[in-house]
Amino acid sequence: MFEPLQYEFFIRGLIAATVVGALCGLIGVYIVLRRMAYIGHGLSHAVFGGAVVSYVMSFNFYLGASIWGFLSALLINATTRKRHFIAADAAIGIITTASFALGVALISRYKTFTRSFDAALFGNILGVSQGDLYAIYGVTALAVLLMLLFYRRLLFTTFDPEVARFYGIPTDWVDTLFSLVLAATIVVSMQVMGVTLIAAAIVIPPITARLLSYNFNTVMVLSVLIGAATGFAGMYSSYFVDVSSGANIVLTAAAAFLLAMGYSSLREWLAIRHGTALEAATAGQPVSAEPGAGLWE
Amino acid sequence: MLHPAPHDVLAAQPVIEFRDLTCGYAGDIVLRDINLRIMSGDFVGILGPSGSGKTTILRTILGAVDIYGGQLLVEGHEIRDRRPSVGYVPQLETVDWNFPITVEQTVLLGRAGNGWLPWPGREDRERAHAIMRRLGIDSLARRHIRALSGGQQQRVFLARALVSNPRVLLLDEPTTGVDIKTRDDVLHLLDELNHEDITIIMTTHELNAVAAHLPWVICVNRRIVAEGPPHEVYNPQTLLETYGAEMDVIQHNGLTLVAETPHRLGRGPHGAGRRVHQQEEHQHDV
Repeated sequence: MFEPLQYEFFIRGLIAATVVGALCGLIGVYIVLRRMAYIGHGLSHAVFGGAVVSYVMSFNFYLGASIWGFLSALLINATTRKRHFIAADAAIGIITTASFALGVALISRYKTFTRSFDAALFGNILGVSQGDLYAIYGVTALAVLLMLLFYRRLLFTTFDPEVARFYGIPTDWVDTLFSLVLAATIVVSMQVMGVTLIAAAIVIPPITARLLSYNFNTVMVLSVLIGAATGFAGMYSSYFVDVSSGANIVLTAAAAFLLAMGYSSLREWLAIRHGTALEAATAGQPVSAEPGAGLWE
Repeated sequence: MLHPAPHDVLAAQPVIEFRDLTCGYAGDIVLRDINLRIMSGDFVGILGPSGSGKTTILRTILGAVDIYGGQLLVEGHEIRDRRPSVGYVPQLETVDWNFPITVEQTVLLGRAGNGWLPWPGREDRERAHAIMRRLGIDSLARRHIRALSGGQQQRVFLARALVSNPRVLLLDEPTTGVDIKTRDDVLHLLDELNHEDITIIMTTHELNAVAAHLPWVICVNRRIVAEGPPHEVYNPQTLLETYGAEMDVIQHNGLTLVAETPHRLGRGPHGAGRRVHQQEEHQHDV
């Protein structure tokens, strides 16, 4: 049962998976509510381009990839703002795939270091070093601090960006700050999840949390807990089932989603059956059913 | 008429004044040479067809429109020097009803720009609950915004607008898509707020059910066609200039109303051909 804990590299991987899971769960709430689920996937590809460029230029990986990801996120925001007919998903598609293609082109040009980027593509959680852990801690602390400091402004900007601007919220600055945290999150998550699985880590916990609550604060807390728990459970169980850790973490999160989905459907079915779908307090006025109303307020 | 106080255009200082203002979006002019004086305590309805620039007038006051000429003054000062104390209620159809947010959290957003505390302070909460009590939605504070009736939903966003103690309240079609009772409730609530010295400016498509009851209306079609009390403004010529359609005006129970006669289908002197339509020009509300 506790056999994997005798390996130091496994403990480091376990900590990384848990903290990155929580971090992705935290950032993911805003990503999903902004209907930008695709940005996690896209930006992780863009960061891959930045990682290759950093390598070629002998630049620090974390710094180079973060700056690259940050600039990509800003470019996506600027493109959608300047040209309203270019939707966010289209802008993400253009900018991040171009960045990814640049990375691939550079790899094919400088074939000597191809192997180093397997980890970036598919994750290498067992290879997480103490330095990587410090980077994860640093980004997590930064993300938590900024999410707390800008909680109200970030919530307003996410819920109703246009009206938030009318109320004097500097939405452009809030978006820029968020892009910075997002880029940093993706860079430190690459080592754990790999480019190809980051999107799942960012999207599944908040969606699962949303199935269980309609209260923003509760969704936020649940998303962080689900991210951390599935990261821990997925990583730990990967030792016994002998499959790739990143894939196992995502499969564990998907199983949590299915459970929440089942619970939500069962609750809805029971509510309809007992005629309690709508709260009596509305005194017979027409109301809409709230599918996510549930376990936690 | 809800509020009999006249719109005193000779009063000393307008709260908001459009002076020969030309504005629009990204180089496209929507409103040209607008002159308007909104006085303290006004209750104004802005009328006009879709695409006429009703919403743009509200957005200009909110500073979300490009100004190409003229001036927008707030209490005599250029808007860049003095932001108006404004609460804004958007069209309900623009709200994301699936967003996980409760009534209380939504109302508190109206104070998100106040102070640098990361979370709402005690004063914020007290003010929010006072407003919610005032609007009769305090007991719904922990509900999700979607699990409310149309009237309650309107009150939530009204509460969000009022929680920052604005002097001017801007409402974009607050009665669109609600039933008659809710519409009545909303209008009476706005009237009460107006009597508490809050200046109200709202856009509406409802000539009889809403605008006819207001003390002052402004007819817009990319310019100011006319303004004044409904009994002065509602006349066939002004309505033709505003809507591009012939409309009859009748008197009923002391109110001046627009007779919305149904179109006769088919050809002929009394059929659709008599009506003038300019909808092709302005398909979208701007």
